[in-house]
Amino acid sequence: MDLHDAQVQLTGWLHEAATAFHKVPGSAVLIRYIRSSYQNDPVRSALELILVVFFIRYLLAPSYSTSKQNFIKLTEDEIDELVDDWQPEPLVSPQTALEEAEAEKLPILVGPTGPKSKLANGRTVTNLASYNFFNLNANEQIKEKAIQTLRTYGVGPCGPPQFYGTQDVHMKTEADIAKFLGTEGCIVYAQAFSTISSVIPAFCKRGDIIVADRAVNYSIRRGLEVSRSNIKWYNHGDLDDLERVMRKVVQEQAKKKLTRRFIVTEALFEMTGDCNDLPRLVDLKEKYKFRIILDETWSFGVLGRSGRGLTEAQNVDPTQVDMIVGSLAGPLCAGGGFCAGPHDVVEHQRLSAASFTFSAALPAMLAMTASESLNVLQSNPEILLQLRENIRLLRAQLDPRSDWVICTSAPENPVMILVLKADVVNARRLTNEDQERLLQECVEESLANGVLITRLKGWPITANTGLKDGNFSVPPALKVCVTSGLSKKDVEKAGTTIRHAITKVMTKKTNNKLGLPSA
Amino acid sequence: MPQSEAKAERRPSRSGGSRLAQLFSSSPKSKDTLTAQQALQAMHNQQQGIAPPTAPLPTISLSTATAGDVNSDELTTMLFQPPSADEARKRRRVEAQFGPLLSPRHLYVSAHRGGPLEAPVEDEPPYYFVLTTYISYLILIFCGHARDFFGKRFGNKKHYDSLKESNGYAPLNDDFDNFYVRRLKMRIDDCFARPTTGVPGRFITLIDRKSEDFNRSYKFTGTFTETLNMSSYNYLGFAQSEGPCADAVEECVRKYGLTSCSPRADSGTSDLALEVEREIAQFVGKPAAMVFSMGFVTNAGSFPALVSKGCLIISDELNHASIRIGARLSGAVIRSFKHNNMADLEKILREAIAQGQPRTHRPWRKILIAVEGLYSMEGTMVDLPGVIALKNKYKCSLYVDEAHSIGALGPRGRGVCDYFGVDPAEVEILMGTLTKSFGANGGYIAADKHIIDKLKSTNAATLLGEAPAPSVLMQISASLRIISGDLAPGQGEERLQRIAFNSRYLRLGLKRLGFIVAGHDDSPIIPIMLYHPAKISAFSHEMLKRKISVVVVGYPATPLISSRARFCVSSAHNKDDMDRLLAACDEVGDILQIKYSTGMAGGAEPLPAGVSPEMEKEWRRANGLEGIIKPPRWRLEDVIAAGEADAKKTLR
Repeated sequence: MDLHDAQVQLTGWLHEAATAFHKVPGSAVLIRYIRSSYQNDPVRSALELILVVFFIRYLLAPSYSTSKQNFIKLTEDEIDELVDDWQPEPLVSPQTALEEAEAEKLPILVGPTGPKSKLANGRTVTNLASYNFFNLNANEQIKEKAIQTLRTYGVGPCGPPQFYGTQDVHMKTEADIAKFLGTEGCIVYAQAFSTISSVIPAFCKRGDIIVADRAVNYSIRRGLEVSRSNIKWYNHGDLDDLERVMRKVVQEQAKKKLTRRFIVTEALFEMTGDCNDLPRLVDLKEKYKFRIILDETWSFGVLGRSGRGLTEAQNVDPTQVDMIVGSLAGPLCAGGGFCAGPHDVVEHQRLSAASFTFSAALPAMLAMTASESLNVLQSNPEILLQLRENIRLLRAQLDPRSDWVICTSAPENPVMILVLKADVVNARRLTNEDQERLLQECVEESLANGVLITRLKGWPITANTGLKDGNFSVPPALKVCVTSGLSKKDVEKAGTTIRHAITKVMTKKTNNKLGLPSA
Repeated sequence: MPQSEAKAERRPSRSGGSRLAQLFSSSPKSKDTLTAQQALQAMHNQQQGIAPPTAPLPTISLSTATAGDVNSDELTTMLFQPPSADEARKRRRVEAQFGPLLSPRHLYVSAHRGGPLEAPVEDEPPYYFVLTTYISYLILIFCGHARDFFGKRFGNKKHYDSLKESNGYAPLNDDFDNFYVRRLKMRIDDCFARPTTGVPGRFITLIDRKSEDFNRSYKFTGTFTETLNMSSYNYLGFAQSEGPCADAVEECVRKYGLTSCSPRADSGTSDLALEVEREIAQFVGKPAAMVFSMGFVTNAGSFPALVSKGCLIISDELNHASIRIGARLSGAVIRSFKHNNMADLEKILREAIAQGQPRTHRPWRKILIAVEGLYSMEGTMVDLPGVIALKNKYKCSLYVDEAHSIGALGPRGRGVCDYFGVDPAEVEILMGTLTKSFGANGGYIAADKHIIDKLKSTNAATLLGEAPAPSVLMQISASLRIISGDLAPGQGEERLQRIAFNSRYLRLGLKRLGFIVAGHDDSPIIPIMLYHPAKISAFSHEMLKRKISVVVVGYPATPLISSRARFCVSSAHNKDDMDRLLAACDEVGDILQIKYSTGMAGGAEPLPAGVSPEMEKEWRRANGLEGIIKPPRWRLEDVIAAGEADAKKTLR
């Protein structure tokens, strides 16, 4: 009896459920599908059911992370104990002896930077350590212009260029540089040092290919690192090697989707001072369809008849170089950097170059100074000749005459990089540290005789191991910066002083003992 | 801190003139503005009896307002001496850069009033707005793709060339990466990078431009618009071309020339640079400091000098791009924790120390926590006491980026440490920019002497990057000396207290008008939420019509749906400017329907007489009002009338 009642009720429920199911839109389709697929084949239906169940289970399964595979579950007490045990290293390591010595001997200038600078110890020395090649820092016309700008714009623009930080002065400077160089457009950054570090990642993305010279400077290296592109290296200054690498890249990529390819190199190299062969680079670029990012930081305002840089010096149409990056902070005595190129290249950077978008704009007075310096340079091309004459004079005092050092810089480069001769290094078995120490002594000795020079700072590159560049090591070197602000006599005298200082340091008994076979 | 507050209150109160009528000069929406204008005028008349009829008479000059106890007689004579045309012009120029303080009541001391820092309540708009925001983006994306599809086939070749392979070169821009810029940002591009001229002070002069090809290019119309500047990071109003700072800079240019032409490590170290470093160190309360010529590089270069492989950086998820790039360059492992969430930070710290380095389980060499003092898109402050407690417990180091907070926060303007009353020695590295509060350029790092010494010999930006220009250094030095009271005594204190008052007054006003306002109460960065992408440009345009320049931001600087407008309050503003902004926001808020607030984040109606804020809970219970939150939609007149007094109490 009870069983019967239950059965009736169950049928009632089933019936209700069936009607409810029929009311659901689409239920008829489902039923038809199941009927047609059943076709008196229970095995097939069972299989389908299993698949459905598996699918649902898979959907509901908790997701697991692949990164935590190595995770070890610990109790709270164990973690507390580990926290107690953990002893971190100090935030910074102590200074090394060389660093300490260098910091102690760091020259402190009192008053303006000029060909003759006053130091904190009261002495006035010949300054061959600043990039003040044309002594524009002392130009009254530029100073007046800067002060006028100060009185109209204040100092800082108080905002990034994208948010009301773009002032008419910046637009003028950009137009002036573009006109000077002969490119379609130009974008001005707030600091020269970080310009190319942002330009490279703005264009080069993951999967793109960059071929770079082994001796490129630190800023470029940082840009390459941030870009996460595929980086290939070629031997410094060896364009045959570059062609080999490029050909290989083209062969490797032949079957793949076309990616962006870039050559990144410098016009005058910061680390070695020598000059690039731009016509050949442009030939190669056209042949293998690469784009060129050329760092003219050390050549803009220096090379060429009127200071337009490597393109002018080697008669290359600037529109054939895709991106020209340069500095306004060096010889132009202003501040900031720039990237010149075609219109779309420039506009693209306004949104995607990190140090442009995320940083405040260049102070108006520095932008105005850059414009004005270009103006001075264009109207007085003779100061370039004066500079070159001084370079020739100083070089004559150092390179052929010294027994100890040679100059690796190009003849028209006002930054002279002096490295110890290979036979000296070999004969005395000098390590890089020995050389750094000796050269630091040369700097000090030279300063004691009234000439301020400096050493090439290669440390950041040596320490930065983020890039696998086939072990390029920055040679320890002296850096001597020529300026047109000195008379012939002063230049020659300074050259003699430096040469004698080097000789004195190198022939000192204590230094000689280092090398076993005494020279 | 209590001392200076008491001093501020002791000052004799003077009536400030209403010059709002003049400020709202010519607006195309004349009918709307007129009503707001009338409302304001009526309110002022009601408040002060008779308002001075002639507007441009000078009220109180900056220097006299701060020189302690001012003789009010002298002031009266100043008020009623009609200035010559030349003088008036000069004064107008000075006041366009730095507004006069209208009343000594418009001052407030920025400091944390005890207790743990509570996260600001996050209000949410009705679902209708969230949904329509998503739909807006979907429509934009769909239209963009449709236009791309047809454009690439039939459109003007010039616009699509850079997306295609040409002559064997791969396209310079990825079609996909570039889509957002071409199809979404381009539509509202005229709201960004508006060119300006002159000083970005209280007012900023925009160079008018128009586009005839949908923002692909602009033409200058040859006219200029002077707008109220709510966009520059001019927190303490040091963007000035007159006054002690500019004078010092001019003298410096004459003496030092324009640059030092060299990195710091070669011959770029001048006596001026060392002096500025010493002053900065003293200002932030650290033994030593170093300056850089760019704020971005200060971060990007310092992380690699501090940490390397085998170290861990724990970074707030909303940290600035420069921190992220620096962290990436350092080679250390990076983990991020939820914005300002101390529980999450602790969880990550415990896990990191317990698990050690990934795969090898070796202990971390060191752990560096990186936070910002004041977050520029959110207006939130770091929970500094919370972070310091955790950092001490887990033996980590702390790096605080004070890009926005230095100068803008704290009773003495010394940043977040000052604001929370924390000893700066508790924070290992204090970094900040000199671009914002000091009106200069560049950045600094302050830390213990041995840290700075080491950084000076290892930081690439010091060894190879250009040294800051002498003019910039002098601007830093002069503004620092003004803030600390060595130069033009009283001015610095006034500047600090003005920004604090302005920030609180504006924030409270906006909440009461019904906007969703993000961030902490004392923050001078005040973002209001817009949500819809179309409202980004509409808001910017409507404000520009009312001659106010504002920053609007959307994706990718913010999460997709929370587009916002951001006001940066400055000491150069005065209460009139804030009222003018509130009036404009009131109108625009109605036109654009952006008064989304539900009331949970503040802006509540005033309590009835006899009920104090402490009794509010009881009173609500007694009247059965518990849990009932009314969306605030105050009338503008009420906001302005009550704002001055209420801004100094706890904001509710």
